[in-house]
Amino acid sequence: MSIEQISILAAALAVSFGAIGPALAEGRAVAACMEAIARQPESAGVLSRTLFVGLAMIETMAIYCLVVALLVLFANPFVH
Amino acid sequence: MIDSPLANAPLFQIGPVPITRPVVTTWAIMALMTLGSLALTRRLRQQPGTWQAALELVVGTIEQQIGETMHRSARRFLPLLGTLFLYLVMANFSSVVPGVQPPTAHIETAGALAAIVFFAVHYYGIQSRGLLGYLASFAKPTVIMLPLNVIAEITRTFSLMVRLFGNVLSGEFVVATVVALAGLLVPIPLMALEVLIGLIQAYIFTVLATVFIGAGIGSIEEG
Repeated sequence: MSIEQISILAAALAVSFGAIGPALAEGRAVAACMEAIARQPESAGVLSRTLFVGLAMIETMAIYCLVVALLVLFANPFVH
Repeated sequence: MIDSPLANAPLFQIGPVPITRPVVTTWAIMALMTLGSLALTRRLRQQPGTWQAALELVVGTIEQQIGETMHRSARRFLPLLGTLFLYLVMANFSSVVPGVQPPTAHIETAGALAAIVFFAVHYYGIQSRGLLGYLASFAKPTVIMLPLNVIAEITRTFSLMVRLFGNVLSGEFVVATVVALAGLLVPIPLMALEVLIGLIQAYIFTVLATVFIGAGIGSIEEG
């Protein structure tokens, strides 16, 4: 395989495996928030605001993988 | 092959300095914000009209949020952090205007904003604790933590940059891909999601900058 083909494979692998962890984590976070809102509906405002910020933080992990994939595709030091 | 999202083609040149698209968009946003604030604050009255009341609400909310996060009066930090938040909101929302690409989707803009936060942390830290006191805060709780604290200064600035850039850029990617597949009406929900994500990212960037500055001046540990 040439460097270009390996790079494309590596980018796909980085994004696909990098999405697994954040997906599980976001699922747990939303489930916990749902439970908390079901118990205390009056605190839904504060909870959902915290949830959104937390989700964006977790999502950053997937974004890091995306950036690595972009670097591999567009700024690869081994491709001239 | 599509164009690299990491590269920037210059639009035109002023002397030896090449000017790129994000710079022009940033200038437009800066002009809009400056002229808008000038027009809104030119005639401030004791009995606020509609626009003045809206402005007071926005500024008051931002000040209150910063104060709650820092456990200290937000007056000193309001100009920097408030401008940062409003600029980020406008920059992330600018993707709604047809033909405009948000400047935050380029790593240079996000890097510059993160660098501003990086230097502001040290500036406020030295100003409120003194040079020696601020340097000593790196060796807390023990001296063993010193290398970790120094590394954390750099990595958290880096992650601040990559978080903003990556989120805005990935949104652009998703919308561009869906437009290429099905152009009519289908991308609209995704674009609405992008607006929401842009707002949340602006909020997170500002909250993190507030927390970093608060840790720098030591107000968050004191409570």
